Amino acid sequence: MTTAEQRLGNAANFVDERIGAAGWVKKSLNKVFPDHWSFMLGEVCMYSFVILLLSGTFLALWFDPSQRDVIYDGVYEPLKGIKMSAAYASTLDISFEIRGGLLMRQIHHWAANIFMAAIVAHLLRVFFTGAFRKPREFNWILGILLLTLGFVEGLFGYSLPDDLLSGTGLRITSAIIQAIPLVGTYVSFFLFGGEFPGVGFLPRIFTLHILLIPGAFLAVITIHVMLVWYQKHTQFPGPGRTEKNVVGHPILPVYMAKAGGFFFIVFGIIAFLSAVASINPIWLYGPYTPGQISAGSQPDWYMGWLDGLVRMSPPLETHAFGHTISWNIMIPALIVPGIVFTGMAFYPFIESWITGDKREHHLLDRPRNVPNRTALGVMSITFVMVALINGGNDIFATNFHLSINEIMWFSRISIFVLPPLAFVITKRLCLSLQRADRDLVLHGLETGRLVRMPSGEFVEVHAPISDQKRFILTSHEQAPALEFSATDARGVKRPGAIKNKVRSRLSKAHAVGLPKVSAEDLKEIEHH
Amino acid sequence: MSDVSKEIEQLQDPGAAPHVLRHADTDPKAEKRAERQVAILFTLSGLSSLLLIYSYVFVATDVFIFIPVMGDQNAHQLGLGLGMAFSLLFLGMGAIHWAKTLMPETEVVNYRHEFRSSDEDRDELVKTVKHAAAEVKLGRRSLIKRSLGFSLGLFALPPVLLLRDLGPLPKKLLESTSWKAGTRLVTDPGNRPILASDLEVGAVVQTLPALAEGTERLLSDVAKDPVLLIRLRPEDFQLTPEKLAMTHDGIIAFSKICSHMGCAVALYEQQTKHLLCPCHQSTFDVTRGAKVIFGPAARPLPQLDITVDDQGYLIARAPFSEPVGPSFWERNSQ
Amino acid sequence: MKRLSRYRRHRAAAPFLLVLALLAIGTTFNVASATVKQSPSSYARTAAIDEGKQIFLKGCSSCHGLNSEGGAIAPSLIGVGAASVDFQVGTGRMPMADMSTQAMRKPPVYNAEQTAALAAYVASLAPGPAIPTDSVLNYERDGNTAEGGELFRNNCAMCHNFAGQGGALTQGKYAPTLMGVEPKYIYEALITGPQSMPVFSDKTVTPAEKLSLIKWIKAAENEPNLGGATMGRIGPVTEGLLAWVLGLGVLIGIAVWLTTKAR
Repeated sequence: MTTAEQRLGNAANFVDERIGAAGWVKKSLNKVFPDHWSFMLGEVCMYSFVILLLSGTFLALWFDPSQRDVIYDGVYEPLKGIKMSAAYASTLDISFEIRGGLLMRQIHHWAANIFMAAIVAHLLRVFFTGAFRKPREFNWILGILLLTLGFVEGLFGYSLPDDLLSGTGLRITSAIIQAIPLVGTYVSFFLFGGEFPGVGFLPRIFTLHILLIPGAFLAVITIHVMLVWYQKHTQFPGPGRTEKNVVGHPILPVYMAKAGGFFFIVFGIIAFLSAVASINPIWLYGPYTPGQISAGSQPDWYMGWLDGLVRMSPPLETHAFGHTISWNIMIPALIVPGIVFTGMAFYPFIESWITGDKREHHLLDRPRNVPNRTALGVMSITFVMVALINGGNDIFATNFHLSINEIMWFSRISIFVLPPLAFVITKRLCLSLQRADRDLVLHGLETGRLVRMPSGEFVEVHAPISDQKRFILTSHEQAPALEFSATDARGVKRPGAIKNKVRSRLSKAHAVGLPKVSAEDLKEIEHH
Repeated sequence: MSDVSKEIEQLQDPGAAPHVLRHADTDPKAEKRAERQVAILFTLSGLSSLLLIYSYVFVATDVFIFIPVMGDQNAHQLGLGLGMAFSLLFLGMGAIHWAKTLMPETEVVNYRHEFRSSDEDRDELVKTVKHAAAEVKLGRRSLIKRSLGFSLGLFALPPVLLLRDLGPLPKKLLESTSWKAGTRLVTDPGNRPILASDLEVGAVVQTLPALAEGTERLLSDVAKDPVLLIRLRPEDFQLTPEKLAMTHDGIIAFSKICSHMGCAVALYEQQTKHLLCPCHQSTFDVTRGAKVIFGPAARPLPQLDITVDDQGYLIARAPFSEPVGPSFWERNSQ
Repeated sequence: MKRLSRYRRHRAAAPFLLVLALLAIGTTFNVASATVKQSPSSYARTAAIDEGKQIFLKGCSSCHGLNSEGGAIAPSLIGVGAASVDFQVGTGRMPMADMSTQAMRKPPVYNAEQTAALAAYVASLAPGPAIPTDSVLNYERDGNTAEGGELFRNNCAMCHNFAGQGGALTQGKYAPTLMGVEPKYIYEALITGPQSMPVFSDKTVTPAEKLSLIKWIKAAENEPNLGGATMGRIGPVTEGLLAWVLGLGVLIGIAVWLTTKAR
């Protein structure tokens, strides 16, 4: 035994004698994690969150969230002598007078943008592969909660520097709050501490941004990851992989080294972006005052789709009995996102209701094998993309020589036309991919080699695929659609006939697919 | 649930493909090479950290160097950033390369357990809970039950109530601005009064109400008060007589705060005489009293009634007759 | 145009035109500043105006009318002043290449002398804003950057963006970028309100304030890249794009490398 091993042993002994962790740790270290690139997306989220905590702490050492007026007297010449809030001035100081401050600000902001991008990518992976199914519905809901928290945290974060762009964002936020019927005006006055922009808003969202929301994040992320740990990771189907096992690398040492190394890479990429690409140059925006505005005022990308929806909304307001309801704000900024997020949160239960499938699932779906769900996902992406493009319509107009009015009308029509179209096309595409799979299993791989038969005809040589590949392509389940007869065995009409009709319709749509190749089919082919 | 896929004969699971050894597993030379590569990556990481330290200590913050494609870059910031980025990247790549080439890579199989507890456990739990409930005899102690309900119901209120002092009540604040009859319009910035003759046709001026001596302009006032002055040819107006009477000699004044979400609608197109809000592209026709002709805004911009005082300076003849800015529940838009 | 080119080749043409142009600038300035002081050389002034009129009839009258009265597709030029002509022709916006939504900045069609002659002619029709002289345009001396920034954000940023990069207007029109625009043309645009741009009168945005504006725009133009590549200084749209493509895109690439088996 080397001395190093001896020391390590001693340390482990010291800990175990006090908390008795050896049993649990030993079991945990034997945990295995399946390998797939898409399983790393969640790690990108977690790592960028850690980077946000680190860089955010650095920034908080100097940031002054106060809205009191100061006259700027720092090194940045074009703003000298301008009246601004202490929040803005201290952000300028962090950028120009703290060495590494600008780098940290840019790391914080790039990490936030990548954090949200990774959450969305992770969510899409989980959705398209059906990883949200029983027993993981709780974790899916926690994920949606994290996404929602991310929106709020991001909005607060980019609002804190109190520059012209962030102030414009807050002005819009306050208008959305005011649009809530009955209580909106009161809520707005309480949040802002009076009329917009108030005097207390920045310190308040600062506390939320650095304490309450990160705390909530930490708690939810911990449960999220612990559930993954406890329920064990899902895996893609393949030879040797079943619903009852999980195949992969043990946590020590391979997974630990890879995951640890990946943390540094995520941090490194974010630091690289922050070194070479400017983000949120608040010194160019100028301090916020409500009378000023810049062309091309956009929110950060994850809010862009909401802004796009607000832009394309028709000018609808109801005036009645001395009250005003702003549908032009409520629908795009509150009702539609409300439906989208609620729908997302409940999706696992909706799908299981449609399919009637109440079993546990640990093997992932290949997206093509569940055409309906995949099409629904692509449809939602299309919806958000149309809205997102409209959110940047002025930027697209100037850079591609288009007209904002044309882009707006394009979006207004597309938001209704393109998502259903995407649904239909995706479903068709999935079915043709299934057909391709079927051909591959039955006839093997096209080699591009032509052989002349004795009869004189040319045929292409097909190379058979490996047993493993063949198994992967045929191991998915093909559950039949649910059927409900309108009457029971005695001919009496069942209750809930309409509900059952809807359910069987949906179930039928969900079960659409090409029959997969069975062992009999293959045997038949071999006999030929 | 019957699983139909079991009705057709499934293909046999052929088992995992045979394990293929890596070069480094079989060839000592390859192993040495991989080891060297990992060492090089870790060394590069260390050197990059040195670059960071060097940039922090020795590169002044106002030095700029030319980088192709990117243009002139701040050397201090770039050195810090690249030093940090590469020290992290090489460290990560080293660790991953190490794991991939040299660490054991045979796949391991774990077995899953069903999450549903055993029937005995579940029965036991139900029994325990029922037993406890019976012991408490909540069902029979209705006095306690009701008073507890009363207590819990009121218990939820104080936390909400305690937030009451976050801000003042809205009262009628959103419905008023600083404009009063006789308030002079002054330039923003500059705070200079404006003569009607100062504006040529096609001119715009960003204005605010004149400040009383010794008072400061509050941002919450700037959020409601800004007014845009535009001069047109009087014959360009297509206004109702009341609205026309609110103009002065071709000069028309609108609230600059968008009736949609409160952005500054200052984007005036002189030829089309349209005002555009850069936030959500609501477009207002100035000649028709800022009528909405495009975009999500539902109401025209409020118009300020203006005239000139005895010295010829532009003044408000009356305050705004309606609340400015975005809608809110209590707004009486009739 | 042909006849003009013939004269242009004459040996005395260059010096003659130069003298003409100088006189034209001088006289227009005098005319526009509305002093009654008689020009010492009314002959030269008339010559410049005549020259300008010839160019006008060839190049401009088909749209703006023989007497500059304007037409269905082009505005009247009576009273627009020398500054307007100098801006529109000097930046190549006029004559327009085609009837697009708005006249674009492009290499000028007429040279400096011809532009000056045109300006003199149009200025002779009715008084209007004059071309600012170099002594007026000394923004380095008379301007204040920070004050200019404040003015810029109040009066210009809503169309030209926070850093003067330009932005979208309605129906395909746009506010052009202000980067690389000569101070003279910025000043002229402010006082004449070309195309969609409104007029910023000298009384409401004083000449000194205009110089501050120019000084700020020039500072923005020379603003060093403080935090790395600027990506157009057009706000969060390019930032979001980069976060997805270069941020998450590269990370996914690395994740693929990380999870593939080494050989």
